[in-house]
Amino acid sequence: MSALFTHSFLIALIAGAVTAGVPLLLAGLGEQISEKAGVLNIGIEGMMLLGAYAGFVATYATGSFGLGFLSGGIGGALAALPVLVLCIRLGLNQIVIGIAVTVGMQGLTALLHYFEFSREYPRLPAAPVWVLPGLGQIPVLGKALFSHNALVYASVALVGLLIWVFRETNIGLDLEAAGQKPAALDAAGVDVLRTRGAAVLATGFLSGLGGAYLSIVGAGIFVPFMTGGAGYIGIVLAMLARGRPIWVLLGAMLFGMSLALTTALQLAGIDVPTDVVQMLPFVVVMVVLAAVARHSMLPPALGLPYARGER
Amino acid sequence: MGADLHPAAAQPAVASVRQVSKRFPGVLALERVSLELYAGETHILLGENGAGKSTLVSLLAGMQQPDEGEIWLRGQAARLTSPRRARDLGIGVVYQQLLLVPSLTVLENLMLGGPWWRPLRRAAALERLERLSGLLGTQLDPQARVGALSLGEQQHVEIIRALWREETLLLLDEPTSMLTPQGVADLRRMLDGLKARGTALVLITHKLPEAFAFGDRISVLRQGRLAGGIEPARLAAMSDEERTNTVLELMFGGEVGASGGERARVIAERERVAGHALHQTRKRAADARPLLSVKGVSTSGNRGEMTLKAVTLELGAGEVLGIAGVDGNGQKHLAEVIAGQRPARAGQIEVAGVDVTRGRVPQRRRAGVRYVTDERLGEGTVGPLSVATNLVLKEIGAAPLWRHGITDWGRVHAQAREQIATHDIRTPSERTPVARLSGGNIQKVLLARELDAAARVVVLNKPTYGLDLKNQQLALERIVSAAARGLALIVISTELEELLEVSDRIAVLYQGRLAGIVDNGAEAERRIGLLMTGAAAA
Amino acid sequence: MTREELTEPDAGSAVSSGAVHRPALRALLAAVLRVLAPIALALIVGGLALELLGKDPLAYYGFVLERGLLRFGGLEETVTRMAPLLLIASGLIVAFRAGLWNLGSDGQFLLAAVTAAALAPALSGALPRALVLLIALLAGALVGALWSLLPALLKARFGLNEIITTLMMSFLGVSLSNVLIKLVLRDPSTTVPQTQSLPVEERLPRLFHTTVHSGLLIALVAVIGVHFVMTRTAFGLRLQVLGANRDAAVHAGLEVGRLIVAAFTVSAALIGLGGAVEVLGVWGTVRADWNPAYGSLVVPLVFLARLNGYAVIALTLFFSALMTGGESAARRVGVPQHYVLVLVALVLLFLALIEYLDRRRPARAQTVMGSLA
Repeated sequence: MSALFTHSFLIALIAGAVTAGVPLLLAGLGEQISEKAGVLNIGIEGMMLLGAYAGFVATYATGSFGLGFLSGGIGGALAALPVLVLCIRLGLNQIVIGIAVTVGMQGLTALLHYFEFSREYPRLPAAPVWVLPGLGQIPVLGKALFSHNALVYASVALVGLLIWVFRETNIGLDLEAAGQKPAALDAAGVDVLRTRGAAVLATGFLSGLGGAYLSIVGAGIFVPFMTGGAGYIGIVLAMLARGRPIWVLLGAMLFGMSLALTTALQLAGIDVPTDVVQMLPFVVVMVVLAAVARHSMLPPALGLPYARGER
Repeated sequence: MGADLHPAAAQPAVASVRQVSKRFPGVLALERVSLELYAGETHILLGENGAGKSTLVSLLAGMQQPDEGEIWLRGQAARLTSPRRARDLGIGVVYQQLLLVPSLTVLENLMLGGPWWRPLRRAAALERLERLSGLLGTQLDPQARVGALSLGEQQHVEIIRALWREETLLLLDEPTSMLTPQGVADLRRMLDGLKARGTALVLITHKLPEAFAFGDRISVLRQGRLAGGIEPARLAAMSDEERTNTVLELMFGGEVGASGGERARVIAERERVAGHALHQTRKRAADARPLLSVKGVSTSGNRGEMTLKAVTLELGAGEVLGIAGVDGNGQKHLAEVIAGQRPARAGQIEVAGVDVTRGRVPQRRRAGVRYVTDERLGEGTVGPLSVATNLVLKEIGAAPLWRHGITDWGRVHAQAREQIATHDIRTPSERTPVARLSGGNIQKVLLARELDAAARVVVLNKPTYGLDLKNQQLALERIVSAAARGLALIVISTELEELLEVSDRIAVLYQGRLAGIVDNGAEAERRIGLLMTGAAAA
Repeated sequence: MTREELTEPDAGSAVSSGAVHRPALRALLAAVLRVLAPIALALIVGGLALELLGKDPLAYYGFVLERGLLRFGGLEETVTRMAPLLLIASGLIVAFRAGLWNLGSDGQFLLAAVTAAALAPALSGALPRALVLLIALLAGALVGALWSLLPALLKARFGLNEIITTLMMSFLGVSLSNVLIKLVLRDPSTTVPQTQSLPVEERLPRLFHTTVHSGLLIALVAVIGVHFVMTRTAFGLRLQVLGANRDAAVHAGLEVGRLIVAAFTVSAALIGLGGAVEVLGVWGTVRADWNPAYGSLVVPLVFLARLNGYAVIALTLFFSALMTGGESAARRVGVPQHYVLVLVALVLLFLALIEYLDRRRPARAQTVMGSLA
C-alpha cells in the first residue's frame, strides 16, 4: 500500500480533485442559489455547455483567459434566459424547460463547434498558474492545493462569500423567503419574480463559469457534450447541501477526488477501470439520500411558479 | 367599548376610500365603496364571505389596484401600486393567513424587505423589536425560528412587522380566526394600546361580539356595496342587542336587497315544513344502539397541528351532532380519524357495533362512513378530471362500474347524468372538468358522492364554507334530509348559528379535547360559548 | 387541451368551455393543431438558424424527408428505430401520468440492454430461439424495473424527490453497464470491449422481407396497451388521480405508496423492454460506452404528444425520420445530426408557450404542463 502514498500520487490525486471539483463546485453553488429561491434549475447542464463553448471561443480568439471566463459566465447566463422568461415570468413547468435548455444547448454547442472548427479540436495553451506565495512552497500540498489557476481560488473564496451573503445580507433573506414562503416576501414589498430571476441569472453565470473552467483550464479543448453530467451532479450537490455552501464545497471535492482517483492510480501503476471509480460518488450519494431521506431537503415552494393572490 | 377614546369628528381622516370599484372576471367585488379612517379609532368592517372585505384590504395594502375611484391618504390622492408603496405610505397589514417565513428567525422576518444591496443591520433591528414588543406588551425571542412559535406568537410578529416603520394605519384581516380566547384578549390589549397612540385601525371580522368589543365605528359591506354603518357616538349609545339588530339588518337587511330576505324566508319556510325547530323532530330513541361510537381516540400529527386527545362520543341513527370550536382545535383530525384517512394513535372507533379502528378509507367506506371534506379542491376533487370521474372517485375499481378492472365509461357517465339531475349540479356536461364548476356546484358534487344510498355515518367539515347564501341553505337542507333518512351525521363548523339550526346536540372541541356536549335548546348558545373559551365542562 | 379531454374516451364534446358543444371533429383538429404548431414553429426557427449558419434549410429538410421517409431503405431504418423509442415513451407515459418524474430512463434502458445481451448468447445454444428471446426480453424488463425500485421506495416511503434519485440511478446504471461489459461480459475475441454477439439468425425475427424486426410489434402493442390501461381501467384512473392531485388520492383512500411503486415498476420495465428489444433486434451486442441517451429525446416527445399513446406513435415516426435523415444529412449536406437536438429543444419551448397561451384563456382547467408540476 505504501506505493499509493508517494508524493506524485498524492499530488496527482489532490490537484486532480481540485481541477475536477471546481466546475462541480461552481455549478453546485449556482444551483444552490436557484434552489434557495424556489427554482429547480434542471437546465444547468446546458448552461455549463454554452459557458464551456463561449469561454473556449473567447480565449481561443483573444488569447485572454480572463476574457474567456467572463464570456463563459455570460454564455451561461444567456442559456438561463429561457428559464427566466418562461418559468419565472410565465410560470411554465421548470422541469420541461430545464430539459429543453439542456437538450438545446447540447445541440447548439455541437452545431456551433462543427461550423466553427469543422472536425478539428484546436487546443489552448496551458492556463496560467498562480502559485500562492509561501503556501505554494509547502511540500506536496503546495503543488496540490496552492498552484492553480486564479479561478480556483476565486471559487473557494466564493464559498465564503455566499455563506456571508446567505446569512448577513438582505439578498440572503430575500432568497430564503422566495423559496420558503414567496407570499411573505411579496407582502414585505420585495418582487418575488425579480428575486427569482436574479437567482436564475446568477445560477447561469456560475454554471457557465464552471463550464468555461472545464474547457479552458481542465481540458484545454472544447468537445461537444463535454460536461458529461457535471450539471446534474451540481444539482445533486446543491440538494444534499441543503442551503449550506460549505457542503457544496465538500461534496464537490468528494466527486472531484473520485474522478481524479483513476488517473492517480494509473500514475501509481494500478489500473482500475474509470467506470468503477466513477460510480463511487453516485453510490455514496444514493446511500446518503437513502439514509437521510426522512428529512426534507428542498424548499416547499421549489418548482412552483409564483403568482400573487394564488397562494 | 372605548367610547370615550374616539376622537373629535372634526379631525381629518388618515385615509379615505372614495367611490372605489373593483372587478374580477364575472364578479363585481366592490362597487363605489367609500370609507373614512380616523386616527385613534378602530374601524370594523363587517360582512359575509364574498362581501368584499378582503378585496378592500388588498386595495389598501397595494396588492391590487382599484378599477375606479381613489384612495386618499392624509389629504392627498395616493396610488398604491405595490405592497412596498403602501408600506412606504404608512399602511401596515396583518393578513388572514400568516405571511411569515417559517425557516427564518423572528428578527430575520422583521428585517425582510430591506434594500437588497445592504447588509443586515441586526443591532438596530433588535433595538426596534424590543421597543415595539415593549409597546405591545409581548415577549418574543428574536432568535427563535418562526416555525416553532405558536400561532398567537406568530401573529404578534406580524403585528410588530406591520408597525415596523411607524405605520399610522394598521389593517387586520380576521386576526382572531386562529386565536385562543386568551390570544384574543392579548390582541385586544395590544390594539387598545395602539389606538391610544393615535394609530388608525381597520379590523375585519364576521363575528359580531368581537366587532362590538374591539370597534369604535362599524361599516357593513354587502355584495360589494357599502350597506351602511354605525357612527362612534351612536355605537357607544346602543345596547348589544340594538347593535346586533342594526348590523344584521345591514348585512342581510329587508329593504336593501333580496338575498338576506331570502335567507330569512328559507329558514322560516324550512321551520314551517319541519314543524318549527328542526333538530327536535328527530329525537333518537334512547335505547337504540349507537351507529357511531368513538372511544378515547387520540391522534398524532405534524408540529403545529392540533391533535385529538382521548375524544369520546356516540351518535345514533337520524342524529345530527354539531362540532363547534375555534378553527384549529382538532376538528380536521376528528374528521380524518373517523373517515379512516388518519390513523388513531389510541382508542377505538365502532360503526354499528363493529370495530373499524384498523380499517383505512376503503374499509370505512364499506362500513358506510362518508366524509365531506372542507378542502373541496385541495383534496375533495381532482380539478382536471371530469364531474363524472369525481362522482365515482372513491369507488374506482368497484363493481358494477368496473368489471375485472375495466371501466364501463358508459355507465359511469349515465350514473353521473342521473346524479347531476337529482342533485341539481349546474355543469355544461358530466364530462366537464370539475374545476370549472362554481364552489357551490363542486360542493353539490361532494354531497352527491358522500350522501349516497349506502351511507350510514357522514362527517361534514365546514359544509357551508365559502358558499353563497343560497348554496349554504341547500347544503344545510341536505344535512337535515339525510338525518331524516336515518343517517348519523357529524357537522363540523365554526358558525355556531348554523350548528344551532341543524344539530340535536353540539359538542365543543377545545385544544384537541372534547370540552363537553350540549343538548340543543334554549340555553345551548350560552353554554357552548363557555365551553369554547375553555371554561369548565358543561 | 387538458389531460382530461385526451384521456377519457369520447371527450371531444367536452372541449367547449361554455354550454355550446363543438363537434368532435373540430376538437380533434384543434388537438392536432396544438401538436403540429410547435413542430412547425420549431422547423421554421431552426431553419432560420441554418440559414444564418450558411446552409440552405429547404435543401436540408428536403434531404431529411427523402432519406428518412421516402426512400425504402431510409423508411426501414426509421421504422426500426421506432421500436425502442416507443417502448421508452410508453414507460414514460405511465410515470408521467402518475405525476412521477422518471428521468432515469437511460440507465434503465442500458442495464436492460446489457442484461439481454449477456443472457441471449449464453442461452442460445441450450434453448429454442423463441424461448431464449422471451427470457432475454423478460429479464431486460425485470432489470429495468429493479433499477427504479430504490427511487420508487424512497419516493413512496419518504417523499424523496424522484427527479434527483432517478437521475443518480441513471448515471450509476450507465457506469455499471460499462463496468459489466469491460470486466465481466467482455467478449475476448474483439478488440473494442463488447459483449458476446448474438448471431443474426438468433435475433428477433424480421417482419416480412424487410430489415424491420418484430420488436416493433412489441412496441406498438405496449403503447396501445398503455393507452388502453390509462384510459379504460381502474388502475389507469388511479394513476391519473395520483398524478393530478395526490391529496385527493389519499382522501379517496388510494394506496398511494403502492401506486407509486407500481407506476415506477411498470414504467421502468417498459423502458427496460425497450433496451432488450434494441439489442435483440438490431445490434445483437452492446459495445462499451454505448449510450444512445434516448431519454432526452423521448421525454420532450411524450410531452408533445400530451401523454397520448396514439399521438406518441405519430410523433415517434416523425422524430425517427428526423434522426435517420439527419444522420445521412450530416454526411451529405454538412449539418451535424446534433441539429435534431436543437429542433427538439425548440419544439419543447414552443409547446410550452402554446400551453401558456392556451391556459391564459378564461375558464381553462389545468394543462399537461401545469398539472405535472
